[in-house]
Amino acid sequence: MSKIPDKRPETLGGYVIHGVPFPIDTDPEALAFLKRMSPIQIEQKYQVTYLHSYGQDSPWFAAASNRRLLATRHAESGYTYATPRGHDMYSGEETVWIDITDRPARVHAFTVCHFGSEEFLPETPFVLALIEFENVNTLFLTRLVGVDPDQATLDWIGMQVEPRFLRNSKLKPTDVYFAPSA
Amino acid sequence: MRPVFAVSGGVSKFAKARPDKTFQAVIKEAYDYAIEDLGIDFPAFTSAVDGSVASYFSDHFSRQLMAGIMAQDYLGLCPKPSHRVEGGGATGGLCLQEAWKSIASGHMDVCVAYGFETMSHVETWKGNEFIALASDVSWDYPVGGFYSGYYAMMVTRHMKEFGTTVEQMAAVSVKNHINAYYNPYAQKRHRYTIQDVRESPMVAWPLTRLDICVMSDGAASVILASEEGLRRLEGAGARIPRPLVRVTGIGRGTDAMRMSDRPHVDYDTFMRDYATESERGSDETRRYYKKLWDHGTRYPGVHSFRAGRTAGNMAYKHAGIHDPLQELDFIELHDAYTSSELQTYEDMGLCRYGEGGSFAVSGKAFMPGLDYGLELPEAPECPVNPSGGLIACGHPVGATGLMQAVFAIWQLQGSIKKHFGDETLQVKNARRGAIHSHAGTGTYVTISILEREE
Repeated sequence: MSKIPDKRPETLGGYVIHGVPFPIDTDPEALAFLKRMSPIQIEQKYQVTYLHSYGQDSPWFAAASNRRLLATRHAESGYTYATPRGHDMYSGEETVWIDITDRPARVHAFTVCHFGSEEFLPETPFVLALIEFENVNTLFLTRLVGVDPDQATLDWIGMQVEPRFLRNSKLKPTDVYFAPSA
Repeated sequence: MRPVFAVSGGVSKFAKARPDKTFQAVIKEAYDYAIEDLGIDFPAFTSAVDGSVASYFSDHFSRQLMAGIMAQDYLGLCPKPSHRVEGGGATGGLCLQEAWKSIASGHMDVCVAYGFETMSHVETWKGNEFIALASDVSWDYPVGGFYSGYYAMMVTRHMKEFGTTVEQMAAVSVKNHINAYYNPYAQKRHRYTIQDVRESPMVAWPLTRLDICVMSDGAASVILASEEGLRRLEGAGARIPRPLVRVTGIGRGTDAMRMSDRPHVDYDTFMRDYATESERGSDETRRYYKKLWDHGTRYPGVHSFRAGRTAGNMAYKHAGIHDPLQELDFIELHDAYTSSELQTYEDMGLCRYGEGGSFAVSGKAFMPGLDYGLELPEAPECPVNPSGGLIACGHPVGATGLMQAVFAIWQLQGSIKKHFGDETLQVKNARRGAIHSHAGTGTYVTISILEREE
């Protein structure tokens, strides 16, 4: 049980002021006093729009927007990546796409985020999970729904889950998420 | 490779915010301290030093590209050679090793490593976002990018596989905070209990706020020299303490950026490629690991850091260490999370994989003579984070690995009382220590061994 907060949250924002205190005369005594002044801090906005390419991973996003979950596999060894890689890390060779939408899947590890980055704060608490798939060598990071974030338990690890897809794709990895198997 | 000596260091007081100075001036605090501790004046040191390496993690936090050259400029080091290194949380450790290489290779005789971070310029949640941008922005960040979440996932797996408990993790927080109570450079100097740790606000289940390090503003600086560099510094008036402190081993490892891509190797591969020398040499340990694998453990998975194990094996081989728990007198390791300290005990071979939890509460990693308010069944053997670590000292990323080096130098010089104004944290007769710097979800890890010469 967490303690009840006894402090109000702080923010960086403050009053906008006009006129900055400064000695009226710049005599030596006044100039020496400047060394004892507190610093001036200003707000600076920093905003930018990037054009991000998914490059060789693009088909995964096209598939998710069509309710299919893809993975990649090294054709010769069969080593399979749940989070796609264009090239196999052992042979250096190109991988091929495979469809793992209907593969049995389980929770490998999870957490409940009660705090987070600014972008995701409004979504807290949310459950992050790494999913393992049958005959797939690596994992997939996703959101897990259909479990109570206030009742987190290690028993969730190993739980059978299945993919769900957003009806309106955002072309993000969150177009797919997982829920306990029906 | 030539011998490399760590002759001096300095640390700014780590703080939540340092708006009183620009980053260059905060670095200068640490830099001046290292110079003054040598008893040499500023112009004489400037003449003696051949060049530098700058360490800082995020251009986002500083909102300033090429901040390294601005520090070089402010310190009066232009036009001497310099470069910036960056490798997430391991930036400071990488910086120290790059400075080491400059000396060991014969390229320089005196090299200064300095590092900083100013994390207070944005709100904490924006800071979390900047840090999370050090995860794959196609696959990891958009799912809910949050490093505390990543580490919490690792530890739920550790708990499930090995039975590790939240109380065992909390004991790490208690230890490191109480150690820091005696360290005037630490950002947080509090006495906490296991209950305090568990009752603090939940951040990412099961990690609470007191399981996690804070964001900080701060800087650190280390001066390294060759034998020729020692002569040059002393010729310029420096008083370099004897016995000397030498960097006798360095090691590094890496791992996949995406945690999900980490391999899960079989028992034979683990024993061949990753097991420590003493693990391979013990029938009992081989049986222990075989049993773990028979029950489904695979390595490193998401519960272990093979970059840390790789760095440790490399550094130990370099320094001639066979049994780190017995042959290291202290370790300053990257405890960004209580869980990662526990995981790192295993990576560094202080205990076997799966035993980090029981090791954490054994007492072996605690300082002797301090009252932690805990029942510890065994005597201290190798204090881990006697300074208080990142959890209590703070984590101004680019400075952190260098801060560890400074504290290690002071331990080995036996000068903790001089620098801390209190000798409580002086490891008695410290002869050899390790520092461990760690990035991302274990993507870059450095381990360096420092020794006092006999």
